[in-house]
Amino acid sequence: MLVILNGEQREIAADNVAALMSELDFTAGHFAVSLNYEVVPRGKWAETPVVAGDEIEILTPRQGG
Amino acid sequence: MVKFYDREFSSRLLIGSALYQSPTIMQDSIRASGAEIVTVSLRREAAGGKAGDVFWSLIRELGVTVLPNTAGCRGVRDAVTTAKMARELFGTSWIKLEVIADNDTLQPDVVGLVEAATILVKDGFEVFPYCTEDLSVAMKLVDVGCRVIMPWAAPIGSARGITNRDGLKLLRDRLPDITLVVDAGLGAPSHAAAAMELGFDAVLLNTAIAKAEHPVPMAGAFKLAVEAGRIAYESGLMDARDFASPSTPVIGTPFWHAVS
Repeated sequence: MLVILNGEQREIAADNVAALMSELDFTAGHFAVSLNYEVVPRGKWAETPVVAGDEIEILTPRQGG
Repeated sequence: MVKFYDREFSSRLLIGSALYQSPTIMQDSIRASGAEIVTVSLRREAAGGKAGDVFWSLIRELGVTVLPNTAGCRGVRDAVTTAKMARELFGTSWIKLEVIADNDTLQPDVVGLVEAATILVKDGFEVFPYCTEDLSVAMKLVDVGCRVIMPWAAPIGSARGITNRDGLKLLRDRLPDITLVVDAGLGAPSHAAAAMELGFDAVLLNTAIAKAEHPVPMAGAFKLAVEAGRIAYESGLMDARDFASPSTPVIGTPFWHAVS
């Protein structure tokens, strides 16, 4: 199904956030995820469904001023 | 000591982690600055990428307090969501709140800023708003619960120094109990010292150190300037005057005659 992932349309197979993170090879490390502008805490990734058209943002720590 | 919400720090210099030539220079510059608070951001990661983890390890090695920002966010919704993601990612309720109005000047969107700060304070955040030197905006930010206010000296990365001294001084005079930080636009240690001499509690720097020819010693220079400026403020600077006033005693001036 098509979702908007980090600002771009993308075809994904996963139907929940945890599965999506595995699909993207984001299995280890520091990530924050939002689904349609709501933060999805790491503990709720597996139980949070992803449906077609969802807007998903996946962010990591980066240099900043 | 300087207080940011309920936490006290000895360094009055906050430093950014961006624009350094290498990770080693970033770490060495941060150490040389003596800063205890370092700003970081959140950015998108390409699938399978590890850049975020690599950077985060470098920051954690320093043992500093992190202040995540919402840099580049345009609009209240983007900034508020980014702040909430920062809390999830970094485990802190501190947020350097930026809502940007204009790409060329990076002028803060002060209307959106007050709205976003209102939402975030109600949600338990301790907000460090990046704003202009406008007193009415600063007072609104205080009204909605901000205890730290961070006006610009000049546009981000411009190195122009303090462009509205009177405006910054007015903030200090009118908001005596608020922690005031000059954030953005400083280019030289003398600019930082001038901000501290006005009574600002701290300065936040990034480009002026990272883009110096030699960032590590420049970080040390800013450290000294911030300390000097603070000591000068606490020592009570004399008032300026229009005419000369001799420092050497006048009485007994050689060859002086009462009658010429």
